[in-house]
Amino acid sequence: MNRGLTPSQTIGPFLAIGLPWPDGPEVVDPATPGAITITGRVLDGAGEPVPDALVETWQAAPDGSFDHPDDPRGARDRGFRGFGRSATDAAGIYRIVTLRPGALPAPGGGTEAPHLDVTVFARGLLDRVVTRIYFADEEAANAADPVLASVPAQRRGTLIATRPPGGQPGSFRLDIRLQDPQETVFFDV
Amino acid sequence: MSTTEPATTGPATTGPAPVGWPSYERPADGVHPRLATPEYRSTLLRAPRRAPIALPQGLTEITGPLLGAERVTPADADLTTRHPGEPLGERIIVTGRVLDSGGRPVPDTLVEIWQANASGRYAHRVDDHPAPLDPNFDGAGRCMTDSHGRYRFITIKPGAYPWKNHLNAWRPQHIHFSLFGRAFTQRLITQMYFPGDPLFAQDPIFNSVPDPKARERMICAFDLALTEAEWALGYRFDIVLRGPAASVFEADGGHQ
Repeated sequence: MNRGLTPSQTIGPFLAIGLPWPDGPEVVDPATPGAITITGRVLDGAGEPVPDALVETWQAAPDGSFDHPDDPRGARDRGFRGFGRSATDAAGIYRIVTLRPGALPAPGGGTEAPHLDVTVFARGLLDRVVTRIYFADEEAANAADPVLASVPAQRRGTLIATRPPGGQPGSFRLDIRLQDPQETVFFDV
Repeated sequence: MSTTEPATTGPATTGPAPVGWPSYERPADGVHPRLATPEYRSTLLRAPRRAPIALPQGLTEITGPLLGAERVTPADADLTTRHPGEPLGERIIVTGRVLDSGGRPVPDTLVEIWQANASGRYAHRVDDHPAPLDPNFDGAGRCMTDSHGRYRFITIKPGAYPWKNHLNAWRPQHIHFSLFGRAFTQRLITQMYFPGDPLFAQDPIFNSVPDPKARERMICAFDLALTEAEWALGYRFDIVLRGPAASVFEADGGHQ
């Protein structure tokens, strides 16, 4: 390492000045066939909503590809942005409209179940926190996922988006809890 | 390279990356703030309490969004000319390079900034500091780095402002910076500070970075060579993102 890294600092309470994009939450146009919506609340340790968080997602395309030169399988331009950015609203709710990602070869062998990588920034977070979103209806793939396997079984549910009862098809929900007792699993990447 | 693994490591999923997959170095201790920094009161209910679980760098982590060019215009890098009149305050040029820790420039990457106006007031509904808004300043800028990783903004020097963290708490003058790099692992949001600010000593956000040398890397440098005569002061601020981890190949002495 030749150069020291620039440290992280909090996004602060005024991120709305610079960061939200009008189309940020829409990884794809909501009218796209197969589009899904993932929504949920960001909650603090008192169970109160966090109205000044920024939730960002990054994921593979439905066929498991990335339009990126560092994908060792080769970059494939499907016109899929892969990136979502949603500021939370006054009720702490984020919302991402996207396509379901494909499964991926895992770095240690095996297969990673379909997932999104998630970054949460907020006032009160001096560094980003990283988590993942998996899908409850991918039971077999989730059972074989090496990252989920590294998470204590009783905490895995904090990473798995569910279909709300009576919800629209393609509608998924996952709350992000920053602190105990049902704290979301966060990763050191 | 050490072979010891932290206690939070899960089952055998943290070995060397497969051949041909890039991997990114882990930040040294003391560079990034501890999430639980009680001196900064907002961390009390928001900082996770459990240790993070080690995530092997897979395809989702070694790739990342390469976007921005389609949503940035040259005018977005000049925060002083976007309104009918000129903003009040001290006009400044802020420029530098985005690099990785190996010293390689990060080209064509989106840089987003936001800041208070010269009076220390943000153009945001929740800012109730009784200082004037400036109708000619919104405080947001963006640009792409060039092929050498360079970026350049023209703005005004933000004012210091009070906040309610502790009695008589004031934030040092700063500009927020958001960076993507080329991989999910490189994503960074930071704040750029100005040299010699007397408010550093009482600011728990600045001081949340444990390593004093790392703290200094958040302070820009005044540069007369960047200063434009009769027009604007120049400040240089280089930003360093995580670079490639030392590979087994390099550690073994470099024979292929």
